[in-house]
Amino acid sequence: MKNKMRGSMQTFVRILRFVAKEKWLLFLSLLFTAGTAALTLYFPVLTGRAVDTLAGGNIDIGRLYDILIAMAQVVLANTVLQWAVSLLNNRVTYRTLSALRRAMFDKLWRLPLSYIERHQAGELLSVAMADAEAVSEGLLLGLSQLFQGVLMILGTLIFMIALNVKVAVFVILITPLSLFTAAFIAGRTHAMFLDQAQARAKQTGFMEEIISNQKVAAAYCREAELIREFQTLNDRLRKCSCKATFFSSLTNPTTRFVNSMVYAGVCVFGAFSVLRGGLSVGELSAFLSYATQYTKPFNEISSVITELQNSIACADRIFRLLDEAEETNGSKQLGDIDGSLRLEHLYFSYLPEKPLIEDLNLQVAAGKRIAIVGPTGCGKTTLINLLMRFYDPQQGKLYISGVDAETVSRESIRSNFGMVLQETWLKNASIRDNLLLAKEDATEAELIEAAKKSRAYGFIRHLPDKLDTIISEDALSAGQRQLLCIARIMLALPPMLILDEATSSIDTRMEMQIQTAFSYMMQGRTSFIVAHRLSTIRNADWILFMQDGKIVEQGTHEMLLAKKGRYSEMYLSQTALMQE
Amino acid sequence: MKRLLKYLKEYKKDCFIGSTFKLIEVIFELIVPLVVAKIIDTGIGNADSAYIWRMAGVLVLLGLGGMLFSITAQYFSANAATGFAAKIRMQIFQKVEKLTFSNLDRVGASTILTRITSDVNQLQSGVNLALRLLLRSPFIVFGAMAMAFTVDVRSALVFTVVIPILFAVVFSLMIAGIYLYKKVQARLDVVTNAFRENLKGIRVLRAFRKEESEKNLFEKDNAVFERWQMISGRIMSAMNPLTLLIVNLGIIMLLKTGAVSVGNGVISQGDVIALINYMSQILVELLKFANLIITLSKSFAGASRIADFLELENGSAKTFSEIHGKETEDYIRFDHVTFSYRSADADVLSDLCFSIERGQRIGIIGGTGSGKTTLVSLLCGFYAPTEGTIYYKGKDLSVYSKEARMQDMTIVMQKSVLFSGTIESNLRWGKEDATREEMIAALKDAQAEFALEKGLDAPVEQEGRNFSGGQRQRLSIARALIKDADILILDDSASALDYLTEARLNRSIEKARAGKTTITISQRVSSILHCDQILVLEDGRIEGAGTHGQLLKNCPVYQEIYYAQFPKNGGESHEK
Repeated sequence: MKNKMRGSMQTFVRILRFVAKEKWLLFLSLLFTAGTAALTLYFPVLTGRAVDTLAGGNIDIGRLYDILIAMAQVVLANTVLQWAVSLLNNRVTYRTLSALRRAMFDKLWRLPLSYIERHQAGELLSVAMADAEAVSEGLLLGLSQLFQGVLMILGTLIFMIALNVKVAVFVILITPLSLFTAAFIAGRTHAMFLDQAQARAKQTGFMEEIISNQKVAAAYCREAELIREFQTLNDRLRKCSCKATFFSSLTNPTTRFVNSMVYAGVCVFGAFSVLRGGLSVGELSAFLSYATQYTKPFNEISSVITELQNSIACADRIFRLLDEAEETNGSKQLGDIDGSLRLEHLYFSYLPEKPLIEDLNLQVAAGKRIAIVGPTGCGKTTLINLLMRFYDPQQGKLYISGVDAETVSRESIRSNFGMVLQETWLKNASIRDNLLLAKEDATEAELIEAAKKSRAYGFIRHLPDKLDTIISEDALSAGQRQLLCIARIMLALPPMLILDEATSSIDTRMEMQIQTAFSYMMQGRTSFIVAHRLSTIRNADWILFMQDGKIVEQGTHEMLLAKKGRYSEMYLSQTALMQE
Repeated sequence: MKRLLKYLKEYKKDCFIGSTFKLIEVIFELIVPLVVAKIIDTGIGNADSAYIWRMAGVLVLLGLGGMLFSITAQYFSANAATGFAAKIRMQIFQKVEKLTFSNLDRVGASTILTRITSDVNQLQSGVNLALRLLLRSPFIVFGAMAMAFTVDVRSALVFTVVIPILFAVVFSLMIAGIYLYKKVQARLDVVTNAFRENLKGIRVLRAFRKEESEKNLFEKDNAVFERWQMISGRIMSAMNPLTLLIVNLGIIMLLKTGAVSVGNGVISQGDVIALINYMSQILVELLKFANLIITLSKSFAGASRIADFLELENGSAKTFSEIHGKETEDYIRFDHVTFSYRSADADVLSDLCFSIERGQRIGIIGGTGSGKTTLVSLLCGFYAPTEGTIYYKGKDLSVYSKEARMQDMTIVMQKSVLFSGTIESNLRWGKEDATREEMIAALKDAQAEFALEKGLDAPVEQEGRNFSGGQRQRLSIARALIKDADILILDDSASALDYLTEARLNRSIEKARAGKTTITISQRVSSILHCDQILVLEDGRIEGAGTHGQLLKNCPVYQEIYYAQFPKNGGESHEK
């Protein structure tokens, strides 16, 4: 419990650090808050004085009017200050919220790919959006309410002591009760809010997966099972949510009860003081309004504390994300490269207990065309992940143009590679914007030329808005998407190329046409090609046959055929198939 | 909101108890100032200490009763609100399962996710607060006014001025709030989408080093969102200071008119204090009410978006839940079928006519975008033809329910997806009660022995991300094979496999599916070479249909495809 408290405190302090950028606004806000607290407290004193002028039917109208005018001034000033406080708080809150979102977005770019691919997109999204919102609403607004509450309590105490010490002491003695109940409830509900957040994240993850893949679900008629599964998650969330809501809402009635005890006590004490002549009726009325005012901040503080619990849980998750280990990045830039590449004793695995690539050695001369062949799951795509530095090897070195890849920035490495992958992600934007990803300052003519070379122009021409057609989810076929990815590379023309089954969804006739453009592009560029088509493999300068993460055979087509090993076995069985 | 109220029906009892108990608590609270006035006038006036103690006891009882009623009310309203929210979430999810794909494509996955998460959460807290406070606040306001009239009619007239002004202020701000909230929410969607896209496309974006430009784009969206939040906050934050101003001015007026009444001997000093207390109670309540309204306006906006979604057309209702056509005639027949995804778009398929007999092996080949995937999507009933009819076992396919259709058919899609769980749980999608042997057999047939090495209980992450593309494809095929449906559709589902594995796969599928219909879409001639009938598609039209031999003779498009893959001198060319 103590550790948890300390953890919460640390989270809290870190949030404050985020807010620190707005410290002047915050300072002004606190100053004005103090002002409104003083004015709010002063008002009942004036009211009490006004009531006292009414005593015994002898009304001093002149004095009453003076007091009323003073009251009006206090009220006006207070209104202006209060408004200013909310405006300032808004600014601080929304700016901080926006900074949090930005920080997480920036973080996204520095996280290793392995982290992102290990987590459900919905989960990360929920941290970035929902949790950030909860932090801003709970923590920041809560903070200013907390400050105001504390000020009001202290101020009320001072005013009460000034009015009558005995009654004031009575109030002070009885209030810990209110604090105690509030703290007790808040402590209990923290865990419940955490449960609720977890149940919610789980459900969101489930939804994300299913909704994005409705067709598969439909093809297997899984509606009933999915709904049942959803029901389980839904019931759990409902239970957690109901518990958290109910228990946290106990704060109000219980503290209100404690307050009414205080109120009754003040009434009795005050009434006897009036009887003994220590207090006027007007002062008693001031006391009574203090008694309500005094306990109101306790109400607020206790409700703020429950909200704080929730938002600290959210802030925790935000900071956990922000604290994730980042990719190391070399500081140097990879300058002009010749395109040669060397791998030395490379080891890599996604899971420590399942080694994949072991002791991989490879030397590639500049401008060569390398085909990577092998059964599925042999590590071809993994090798490409390592080349692009999406993943880092656990051991071993990668040299590009003789430069140790670890010492240069990932960006500068990637700027030298162009890749077309099997899986084709396109931005939810126009075709033009997607092509411009590869070359920001491409001219219209360049765009069209790249589209024509990649044979994408054929379908683009038929689209309603041509290049400016917005690509929505599932609007294009897999092959069309792949054509666009190829067009991107044709536009970028980087010194090194990676083609991982780049034409797997494209029909053969069109592929032949693209192939010509590819060969032209590959001239003088070091290229890595993962492919199944024999003609592509045959034409490579060097062939790597991979199996179980190792290069088992390498050489030219002729060399490998002569070797009569795994490669020739595969090659012959395929050509046999064709002649069947 | 009204449109969603029906889902609250089940909790009518909870709602009723929740709000009534809250009202009882209010009545207790309203009595308090009267008791205090009595203490001042009777207790202090007559110096009757026993009376003062008695009245203090009454105050304690009122407090205790208030707490008990309030806690009960909280319980019932929390129950109603969370139950209601759970019900709405279920409705949304079920709706997703019911919607046609054309509708689903239009709405988009991210929108649905926002509906079911943040919109429903807003709604839940809205309902919870509404049950507790919506009735309570007006009741206290008018109750306090009524009480004031019993004290002094002349002074109470101040209330009749203050309350309408307060309501006017609160309601005009509320209307502004609802409008602004919608604006803010729309911007939030933009920011959420930007974030989501960066998550999904991280590989490509990193490859193109788009860090700067993506950050700038996000920054821009984020700033616009922040600005709208700020504008909305600026206006909504007028609520508290304005209400405070009005009520305090009311108190000043009360003191002024009260002074006259006291001077005339109509009321006592204690009565003036009671009046001021009532005015303060109104203030406290209205502030709560204002907060309630802000929350409610958010919930209303969310509620109407949810209701819009729930009211989307499901698409045509399929009446027959069982296939009862005859096997003998028209096993599958496309009769002048034309299709476009959106009514305004060009046709993706035009005037298709062909038929398939039971047990035939069918191959479909054709260029990218020629409509192959669309054709099988229609056959599965994912979309309905814009024109023409698809016959299945002699009856119009569209009269059957999705369940009935999918009982007979399975499709393995281009983009192979697995679901979080284990290999076994994924296979059970195909056949719920599959035995271990059946699973092993299906995995072997699908050339997915690697899964056996990992074990059937090997974990599968979201969308099967912990498997390579080729592994996912083979697991998806195993999932389809285990279902052993009458019709199996393989939509280019072996594209990530090498030729050798694919050849083995084709052979084992052929064996496993003897006597049943298999439809294979492929880019590779070798995968469809042996089919009983091959359909050649180009630009949404059938360019040829027949066996490999027939097509090679008389279908130019097919010839072109074939010779592109197997050059005429193909046998020798590798010797070069």
